[in-house]
Amino acid sequence: MTAASGGDLFEYLLRLGDTSLVLGHRLSEWCGQGPALEEDLALANIALDLIGQARLLLEYAGKVEGQGRSEDDLAYLRDGRDYRNLLLVEQPNGHYGDTIARQFLYDAFAVELWGELTRSGDVQLAAIAAKAVKEHEYHWRHSSGWLIRLGDGTEESHAKMQASLDRLWTYTGEMFADDDVEQAIQRTGVGPDVATLAPRWNTRIDPVLSEATLTRPVASWMQRGGKEGRHGEHLGHMLAEMQSVHRAHPGAKW
Amino acid sequence: MSGKDWPLFEVFVRSRAGLSHKHVGSLHAADPAMALEHARDIYTRRSEGVSIWVVESGAVTASDPSDKEMLFDRAQDKTYRHPTFYNVPDEVENL
Repeated sequence: MTAASGGDLFEYLLRLGDTSLVLGHRLSEWCGQGPALEEDLALANIALDLIGQARLLLEYAGKVEGQGRSEDDLAYLRDGRDYRNLLLVEQPNGHYGDTIARQFLYDAFAVELWGELTRSGDVQLAAIAAKAVKEHEYHWRHSSGWLIRLGDGTEESHAKMQASLDRLWTYTGEMFADDDVEQAIQRTGVGPDVATLAPRWNTRIDPVLSEATLTRPVASWMQRGGKEGRHGEHLGHMLAEMQSVHRAHPGAKW
Repeated sequence: MSGKDWPLFEVFVRSRAGLSHKHVGSLHAADPAMALEHARDIYTRRSEGVSIWVVESGAVTASDPSDKEMLFDRAQDKTYRHPTFYNVPDEVENL
């Protein structure tokens, strides 16, 4: 077991679980509307990977919290302000290039983060990571391949891809900014120092950006707040839709 | 989708070590790398395989259905070519 206090570990598991859940739900919104049948399935597969991770993480978070909340309680009965996901993943799908840019920026981070978490001092989290890291490696291959195709595609796809990157760039700083919770997590050997992931993230994305003939956006102001529950305008709408069935039929099963 | 469809690929999956790759279907993809990813997503979601081949459908040369009699009928009266006269041990699963 770990020496991190239950409160910190609970918060940290929510951050991981909510990030997977929100991104998984966003991708599921593409279901039936993908640009091609094959790509529709690919995105649905990735969504299912992420929702599977969220289930494990939120179930574990509920146990750590010790107040009897299940994964469903945590997913369906919390409001936006209680969600701890990264701002990046709650951004709307937009066009396909927007979705790919969001996925690319997150996947490069997720592969590094979850690779570190396989060595977590928390046995349960390390076991979840062992499964998750393989999934993220595949997601990264998918999103980086598409970034290159669209970036180095036609004049129009290139311009759209660059605009998507520029627009989302402001949400990338939050991934590498720690706070009290993450410092405690790091001290107790549960998770990595996220600041050390930044150079590895750069090493991962820079060659792909240049192969895609895209320009790395210049960092200016970086948004923060998702990990503390301060979200943008889009998350509430997404949650309202995601939670509507559960709220209309509490406890329903099939 | 635009009028220009991605090319068609045929997908072959080896279900486990020791068996041959078997044709399982076809799909559209922009290039072979994408075809492999699509094949993984479409045809191996339920642990169906350990290896995938993709081949652009245009690269397959097929026999003409109207040649069926010429090509295949002559094998019908040569029963000695079928290994039906052997007892196959139970342990041999994949003959």
